[in-house]
Amino acid sequence: MEKTEELKINKDIPAGAVRTDMSRQEEAEPEGAAVMEAKGLNLWYGQHHALKEVSMTIPEHQITALIGPSGCGKSTFLKTLNRMNDLVPNVKITGHVGYRGKNIYDKDVDVTWLRKEIGMVFQKANPFPMSIYDNIAYGPRTHGIRSKAKLDEIVETSLKQAAIWDEVKDRLNRSALRLSGGQQQRLCIARALAVGPDILLMDESTSALDPISTGKIEDLTQELKSQVTIVMVTHNMQQAVRVSDKCAFFLLGELVEASSTQKMFSMPDDKRTEDYISGRFG
Amino acid sequence: MRMQFDEQLAILKREMITMGMLCEHAISEAAGALLDHDMKMANALPEQMEDINRKEREIENICLRLLLQQQPVARDLRTVSSALKMVTDMERVGDQSADIAEIVTMSHSSEYASSIPIRDMSEAVKKMVGNSIDAFVKEDENLAKYVVEYDDTVDGYFDVVKNKLIEMLKTPGVDGEAIMDLLMIAKYFERIGDHAVNIAGWVIFSITGQRPADA
Repeated sequence: MEKTEELKINKDIPAGAVRTDMSRQEEAEPEGAAVMEAKGLNLWYGQHHALKEVSMTIPEHQITALIGPSGCGKSTFLKTLNRMNDLVPNVKITGHVGYRGKNIYDKDVDVTWLRKEIGMVFQKANPFPMSIYDNIAYGPRTHGIRSKAKLDEIVETSLKQAAIWDEVKDRLNRSALRLSGGQQQRLCIARALAVGPDILLMDESTSALDPISTGKIEDLTQELKSQVTIVMVTHNMQQAVRVSDKCAFFLLGELVEASSTQKMFSMPDDKRTEDYISGRFG
Repeated sequence: MRMQFDEQLAILKREMITMGMLCEHAISEAAGALLDHDMKMANALPEQMEDINRKEREIENICLRLLLQQQPVARDLRTVSSALKMVTDMERVGDQSADIAEIVTMSHSSEYASSIPIRDMSEAVKKMVGNSIDAFVKEDENLAKYVVEYDDTVDGYFDVVKNKLIEMLKTPGVDGEAIMDLLMIAKYFERIGDHAVNIAGWVIFSITGQRPADA
């Protein structure tokens, strides 16, 4: 009868005891405190209603990716976060964009201060036609830093943060335009970091780069997020999965869905999101 | 859009159906070998196991190719990853059917098989395996849940068989070894039911994104 007993013992092991429970991985990680918040944001370019009642939060020290097809409003939304759209003629903006509790569209907001706090890196690297050193020192100088020692320190720290110091430390006085595309883009990130921003906006900042340069910048964003909050627009779905913590899907000016990246790419709530991320859109 | 991807997913489902049919067939052969004492059936099982193993490799290759080429996300990712998990349980179903056939060829268990509800039990687990694969192909959450619940019926059969065998052991002159072998066979059938529950659990995951607690 020993055999029976043994079989009985085996049978008594709870069915779920030895299995991998994949559902646990699906649980959304708690979102960090919001450093920015859009509430009921609308934007018109002339007659064109480009952003419709967008409300979402940007969690601090995380990477938020904005995805969606061309013309969906993701870059427009990104630019509202440091008022880059102010420069566009015939633009009308209503609603609220909060940065650390302050509406950045209030009349008393100093836009220069805002853009120092919330820096931006663009799709195409745009180094100034000057030396590597002067590219980085440009921002701090305009904010009143004159000391050579202080500027040297900022240049070195910023270039190190942007993971390009080792490649350029021996030629800081050479023209930035002689760097490769990937190096120029990292230089632009270093330039944005030189003024000590709180948030970094990246508008398709790797879309023109080869996979190795893209990989370097993706690694860099992971290093940087302990110091700055990052919001990026990307057309590369795999990049959004690899680097972002939170993801927002835009379509025709609407925010369709915003959630943790893990959730969005495993269990999106909206059919339109699922169709877009799985490449079945349209 | 993504026509090639959808075609590959359709092939995956078709291969899952084929492997499911091979598993159901293996269960039938194992039960037939036992109940009809059909040695031809019992001896055919090892070859069937090879077919099942080959099909498992084929499906794994399809899944890995899909992951590599299409980088699926959301529901597509769940479908492919569930299939990868399901084939492992399906292969075990084949293994256990072969184990049953092996016991039948080496013992007198068949002589006592008609006294216990082993035919009903084998039919029940075969149905569970078939339904679990059907649920995957048709994306039928309710059918998958039904498989999970139906496991209680199979567990019930096992208890009935066990008690009956205990009674039989008390009969003077009974072949104790054959009775023990029958208990093992019943346990194998009961385990096949558990594998069907695992398969159904992955089907539910592929549809809902959540693994049920009891599967």
